[in-house]
Amino acid sequence: MNAMSNNAEAFLRRAEALATPAWAGALRRQGLDALAKSGLPTRRAEAYKYTDLSPIARAEFGAAPAALARPALPAPRGRARLVFVDGLLRADLSTLPPRPLSDAAAVLGTVENSAVTPVAALNAALAEDGMFLDIPAGEQAGLIELVSIVTEAAGPIAFHPRHVLRLGQGASVTLLETCQGPDGVAYLHNPVFEVVVGEGATCAHTRIQQEGGSAYFLSSVHARIAAGGTYDNFTLNAGAKLARNEIHAALEGPKAACHMNGAQLVGDGRHADSTTFLHHAAPDCASRQTYKTVLAGRSRGVFQGKILVSQAAQRTDGYQMNQALLLSEDAEMDAKPQLEIYADDVKCSHGATVGALDEAQLFYLRSRGIPEKEARAMLVQAFLTEAVDGVADETCRAALDEAVMGWWREMAA
Amino acid sequence: MPAVTETIETVQSVAEGGYKWGFETDIEMEFAPKGLNEDIVRFISKKKNEPEWLLEWRLKAFALWKTMKEPDWAAVNYPPIDYQDAYYYAAPVQKAGPKSLDEVDPELLKTYAKLGIPLKEQAILAGVEGAGESPADGRLPIAIDAVFDSVSVATTFKGRLEKEGIIFCAISEAVQNHPDLVRQYLGSVVPQADNFFAALNSAVFTDGSFVYIPKGVRCPMELSTYFRINAKSTGQFERTLIIADEGSTVSYLEGCTAPMRDENQLHAAVVELVALDDASIKYSTVQNWYPGDAEGKGGIYNFVTKRAACRGKRSKVSWTQVETGSAITWKYPSCILQGDDSVGEFYSVAITNNRQQADTGTKMFHIGKNTRSTIVSKGISAGFGQNTYRGLVRIGAKATGARNFTQCDSLLIGDQCGAHTVPYIENRCMSAKTEHEATTSRIAEDQLFYCRQRGLSEEEAVGMIVNGFCREVLKELPMEFAVEAQKLLQISLEGSVG
Amino acid sequence: MLKIEGLTAEIDGKQILKGLDLEVPAGEVHAIMGPNGAGKSTLSYVLSGREGYEITGGSVTFHGKDLLAMEPEERAATGLFLAFQYPVELPGVGNATFLRTALNAIRRQRGEPELDAMQFLKLARGRMKELSMPEDMLKRGVNVGFSGGEKKRNEVLQMALLNPSLAILDETDSGLDIDALKIVSDGVNALRGPGFSALVITHYQRLLNYIVPDRVHVLVNGRIVKSGGKELALELEAHGYAEVAA
Repeated sequence: MNAMSNNAEAFLRRAEALATPAWAGALRRQGLDALAKSGLPTRRAEAYKYTDLSPIARAEFGAAPAALARPALPAPRGRARLVFVDGLLRADLSTLPPRPLSDAAAVLGTVENSAVTPVAALNAALAEDGMFLDIPAGEQAGLIELVSIVTEAAGPIAFHPRHVLRLGQGASVTLLETCQGPDGVAYLHNPVFEVVVGEGATCAHTRIQQEGGSAYFLSSVHARIAAGGTYDNFTLNAGAKLARNEIHAALEGPKAACHMNGAQLVGDGRHADSTTFLHHAAPDCASRQTYKTVLAGRSRGVFQGKILVSQAAQRTDGYQMNQALLLSEDAEMDAKPQLEIYADDVKCSHGATVGALDEAQLFYLRSRGIPEKEARAMLVQAFLTEAVDGVADETCRAALDEAVMGWWREMAA
Repeated sequence: MPAVTETIETVQSVAEGGYKWGFETDIEMEFAPKGLNEDIVRFISKKKNEPEWLLEWRLKAFALWKTMKEPDWAAVNYPPIDYQDAYYYAAPVQKAGPKSLDEVDPELLKTYAKLGIPLKEQAILAGVEGAGESPADGRLPIAIDAVFDSVSVATTFKGRLEKEGIIFCAISEAVQNHPDLVRQYLGSVVPQADNFFAALNSAVFTDGSFVYIPKGVRCPMELSTYFRINAKSTGQFERTLIIADEGSTVSYLEGCTAPMRDENQLHAAVVELVALDDASIKYSTVQNWYPGDAEGKGGIYNFVTKRAACRGKRSKVSWTQVETGSAITWKYPSCILQGDDSVGEFYSVAITNNRQQADTGTKMFHIGKNTRSTIVSKGISAGFGQNTYRGLVRIGAKATGARNFTQCDSLLIGDQCGAHTVPYIENRCMSAKTEHEATTSRIAEDQLFYCRQRGLSEEEAVGMIVNGFCREVLKELPMEFAVEAQKLLQISLEGSVG
Repeated sequence: MLKIEGLTAEIDGKQILKGLDLEVPAGEVHAIMGPNGAGKSTLSYVLSGREGYEITGGSVTFHGKDLLAMEPEERAATGLFLAFQYPVELPGVGNATFLRTALNAIRRQRGEPELDAMQFLKLARGRMKELSMPEDMLKRGVNVGFSGGEKKRNEVLQMALLNPSLAILDETDSGLDIDALKIVSDGVNALRGPGFSALVITHYQRLLNYIVPDRVHVLVNGRIVKSGGKELALELEAHGYAEVAA
């Protein structure tokens, strides 16, 4: 990739001005090197064929205000939560004592590879804060919330939190992540997760992205899953003007499993991109992916999903489905599912469909007396069900349903 | 698992000498000097006695080519090609228009006999006028254009076809006799600068077939071109142009073979199809270029640009390909569906065995209303073969009611090979619908055992299951070709899988 | 014709057959009955040569040859036919193509001339008529989209065409209604004669009302625990395996 090396200059300059916390030293060098070398990817890069980051490269972002805001917080849902406001972890608003990222040195920068993931490189170069959630072996941690809120007063800030989630052998946790911010402020949220799932551990990670309508959301999740471990990710991409969400998972031990499900609700003037990369590196692993995209107004949805099966990964069972619903004449969906397979004893398949609401179904509902608006809502809801059903935790599911209904109300208004 | 391993071993043990078309014809040849430059382009053009406009067209392509980079996005690996280390023109020295079998170079005759072309056709291929025009069995014959290295050596049944107003001849001949048609359509589907290999072809193409089917004519026989690379260190750059005028129908077949050599030879063809209102073109390929030996030495680099323009309303183009040969295949027969209600189809079987690599698929551009496309791709990987399906379905904003259905299945035989699927789906029309399905699997143990319990050897069992796997595609081939293709699959399997 | 002595076999390290003795003379039909998990299906797979079973002891001779040393297709050519409990689907492979290829492979190995398409069709149509099978079954993919009954009839058709000297019927009655059961049984009975033996493996006595066996063997826990005439089947039906085997 021969991207212009100067399109990330503003970010590079900003990184120079940053104080470097001890934990961030090596990471920052790694990120800066990658960023200085390749800049932000352009559409000439295959992985960014459908998503143009140049508005982010061109935008001017400021630093967070010195005065700490005290925004109204959503009602707590889990047993404990960590709260970020304007990009900074706020112990005063959190109910879980934060652990310093310096404790996570063994994990930091080892799960993601900044050299090949520009979104992570940008984060590595500029990360100032983040969470470290460490669930010791055997502990069943229950539901923990991760809340990110941007306040109106903060203005067009850019923040790059680095989160580390580590589960020891047989541990489990349910993480509910919500991201919100004001409409009309062009801020950038660039979170990166490094997730290490130990042997037989279970991590359920639900993400509800409802950033403001002018915001940019550039995120990547990187997970390594050991033998018998399970990582479930559900991502709702419902906010931001431009959202790119990448999930990279590696099944590294036998009988590990990974589910990546998601929904993208893309309103007028928005762009949402979900890009997944699933690496079957060990035998007898299973993976399931279901992504649904609903597009309204002048909008664009992107799904790119690659399943790589290494030669060692015999008896792999991989499945991926992505479907998109075009609700408007001005919407566009681009999909690129991909299989790359080097083992022979495998069962892998993918499917992709793009189309409109079924007129016959719509008519059927209306002929039974259901008003058109409601009928449409029902059918969109039904379309999303298959993906949303992947979220087993009731609290997470309720939060998700609420977010979907909220989007739909806004759309229908 | 053990049964499959055994199968592979069995297969490998018989792999030697699997390619039966690998002989070389010793015949007096005329070459242009080695290398590529403007003088060579002028040499070719002069040799063909071309009009000035075509020379200019070639030179423009050559100038463009020099500014272009060889594409690197396909999932294929090969050492850099030295474009200066090849001959761009090689033709058998032959007296024009032999009148009887005795006048045709006996080496050429022998070549076609060895390629398994029946005796009567063989006489025809050698250019003997009047032979085979009324076959005894009452079945319609196949008209053949035989391209030997850089030139078309013979075209059969021209008289019969002319009665219907059909033009079927070497493209070099069409340039002389039908310059207006050639000038109107050449490069209109694949422009000179379309891609690196198309630009190269536009500069140095030497021969190929030209077909024109007039309005309302249903071509009474299959048209076929048989490509043969024979000379050493020679690239083959053929150019085929088929125009189906309003309401006409044609079925065209293409076959290819080459000698076994340690060197890699480049084949960079361009095929352009134009279908006007209500016209239909069926284009079938059985590609059996020399694939290289078991260690990956030698073989043809098959870098081909094939594209059809469905310009007319309700026009239809159907591509069917069986790709068993070549060291590397880089090929995406495509359809530009411009006319309302036009239809594009792509049916493909690609086998990679030993060290073969194939990156092949299609592009369907839906532009007109209610355009429909169907893609069925069957990839089989064996040995160390790498097989990639790469495809694009693009639905434009005005293609209301457009439909696409895509099915890509991959079969793996052995644990050293790879199967990859890279589809691109771009839909910007609400009322259009695209569906894509892909699967990857291997031959199930219980299927193999079932066949063997019924008395089939492992090789026969694998062959039968693979043929079954490809059935949807093979049934699209014209009858004569389908039988040949099935045999070829079996042989390719012998030489690589079982 | 078939002689099994002290046969022991295991799968994934678990011993299933534990010293099985059995002799089937030419022209006789023997039934093997036994509870689930006794080793009935293992026996049929071991005899036909399926991968995954390890023979740890004993011997099997078939027409005087060492059966266990042969590849599955050699066993088929020597005259052994297995009617599968769950016939396998072969998508895209036409039933006629499959049958003709199999028949000719066996004929070739037996030194008999191969049949061309016309000769084969004539033969197949005749046999299908006898089995009340619709002719379109020849055109369809092997077992693809067949009902349970159709699959079993297809097995019997293959048997009729390949003309084996020993047929092993592995739970052929499972999933069959009474009409299909009768057709299948008629197909087997039609082959009965001095050159044809059969090993009918079944869980229930029902099938043996239609294919009347010369001998009945009770297979429990990897061994033949009791043998007798056809009346033994009725006894088993009335009293259960536990009591009879005890």
